[in-house]
Amino acid sequence: MTKLTGLTIAQAREGLKNKEFSAVELATEYNAAVEAARPLNAFITETPEKALEMAKASDDRIAKGEAGIMEGIPLGIKDLFCTEDVLTTAASHILDGFKPQYESTVTTNLWKSGATMLGKLNLDQFAMGSANITSFYGDVINPWKREGDNTDLVPGGSSGGSSAAVAAHAVAAATGTDTGGSIRQPAALTGTVGIKPTYGRCSRWGIVAFASSLDQAGPMTRDVRDASIMLEAMAGYDPKDATSVNVPVPNYEASLENGVKGLRIGIPKEYRVDGMPAEIEKLWQQGIEWLKAAGAEIVDVSLPHTKYALPAYYIVAPAEASSNLSRYDGVRYGLRVCDEGDSLDDMYEKTRAAGFGDEVKRRVMIGAYVLSAGYYDAYYLKAQKVRTRIAEDFNNAWKSCDVLLTPSTPSAAFAKGENSDPLSMYLNDVFTVTANLAGLPGISVPAGLDSNGLPLGLQLVGKPFDEETVLRTAFALEQAAGFEAKPQFMAG
Amino acid sequence: MSLDKNTVAKIAKLARIRVPEEELEPLAGELNTIIGFVEQLGEVDTDGVEPMTSAIEHEMFQRDDVVSDGGYPDRVLANSEHANMGFFTVPKVVE
Repeated sequence: MTKLTGLTIAQAREGLKNKEFSAVELATEYNAAVEAARPLNAFITETPEKALEMAKASDDRIAKGEAGIMEGIPLGIKDLFCTEDVLTTAASHILDGFKPQYESTVTTNLWKSGATMLGKLNLDQFAMGSANITSFYGDVINPWKREGDNTDLVPGGSSGGSSAAVAAHAVAAATGTDTGGSIRQPAALTGTVGIKPTYGRCSRWGIVAFASSLDQAGPMTRDVRDASIMLEAMAGYDPKDATSVNVPVPNYEASLENGVKGLRIGIPKEYRVDGMPAEIEKLWQQGIEWLKAAGAEIVDVSLPHTKYALPAYYIVAPAEASSNLSRYDGVRYGLRVCDEGDSLDDMYEKTRAAGFGDEVKRRVMIGAYVLSAGYYDAYYLKAQKVRTRIAEDFNNAWKSCDVLLTPSTPSAAFAKGENSDPLSMYLNDVFTVTANLAGLPGISVPAGLDSNGLPLGLQLVGKPFDEETVLRTAFALEQAAGFEAKPQFMAG
Repeated sequence: MSLDKNTVAKIAKLARIRVPEEELEPLAGELNTIIGFVEQLGEVDTDGVEPMTSAIEHEMFQRDDVVSDGGYPDRVLANSEHANMGFFTVPKVVE
């Protein structure tokens, strides 16, 4: 018999519906997989009892014929989503012991759809990073290794616990968040699927804020069909998030079969960056051929401000982070460092010095600088104007195409230390960050292996609220690529 | 524009992060690398361009001006180890 942990969401849902196994049996197998995945350090908190308790409730609902679209599906939750009475850390020392008294809207939606929780997944501290090496709870290890080489590789970031757990089958799927590429880049580095929906599609309420004008939650799954199912469960209007957009959530899965015949695929020439490995260039070309063969029309487009996206991001994101992270002051929750005779300012400064990691401190300080008197216009305002330019580029491209095809990342998974200075690390997001600045939906789909046997992804970027086209194009790519490879380390 | 040690000390103060004297210089180097990187934005012509204020155009809605949540001070204080008599407490501010 196939292992239950080997099933996709769609397959597990079918098995549960046909009473081939129960939600409790499924959760039990996954609890064992979570334990077996410990060498990856993908989890910060495991919640096996909660998983079983939720699975029992799922079995009751299935018996009563009240199953939701994710009924009984065991998930890992990135530890940036507040979960009621379950430790929520953002992978930072400063949130020591924090047990939210409320549940994020996205996880509430998932539980309403019947999903169950296996635990809270590791990430880069406050979602700042591209390799999951800035967590207070230690590095996450990618289940993939180069052929004939035992060196540990990074799982991407910031949603690195999510990507590693999904790739190793420790969870059926996971939530992620994406501010500059934090869903799509780790998905690409682990051979999994990750979609960042349109800004406003998923509520940000109850998600630890990093850069509020860029942050979006999305699913990380084994295939495109699962991403469609899970996005539908996560998305929806929420009056508690002022930037949540009140538009209907379509049945994404239903759109997958529509194919790409006649669809216009834009190829942005500016994404051919210097020093990009030939293998990635070749895979991109292969993706073009696949979509052409499926009946799509290929159109060359230009996004002239692409090279300014990362510099704009590294003003806007730290500026918003410095403002958002001002709430961590040692007063109401988490860590407090205060010695006898200390003033209130001493307490703030000592708490934040001890509680934040180095990368978080760097970004908070850059943010404080670019927002400070005399520099606001030169940096922050300028970056927001450049952002308008980047959005205009996309609007012009949509006149001649329906969706864009690009590589997801400029390289496959790397080892810690191979990209060690902050700036080289930032370049990981060169292809993904534009979609955040313009608020557009983007997906990474595994499309092939490099010469070391490591997965590479292709990215599709679509028009606002047109996740359906993004997903059905991704589905066509997935079918053409036939990506079946599995990592060396499997937990389930 | 290049950040010196004194500017870094000032930013650290603004950000309420204590940075030991000996770390100011190396931190200035790290921050300058990032500032140097973002300064290429100066090449972009943004004359007459409006700054982006929202990634996706949509109407801000107005909610009714009513209390819709609250009334549970114990839950609000649940994560503070220093709550006392229904309040958060901090070091003495006024002598």
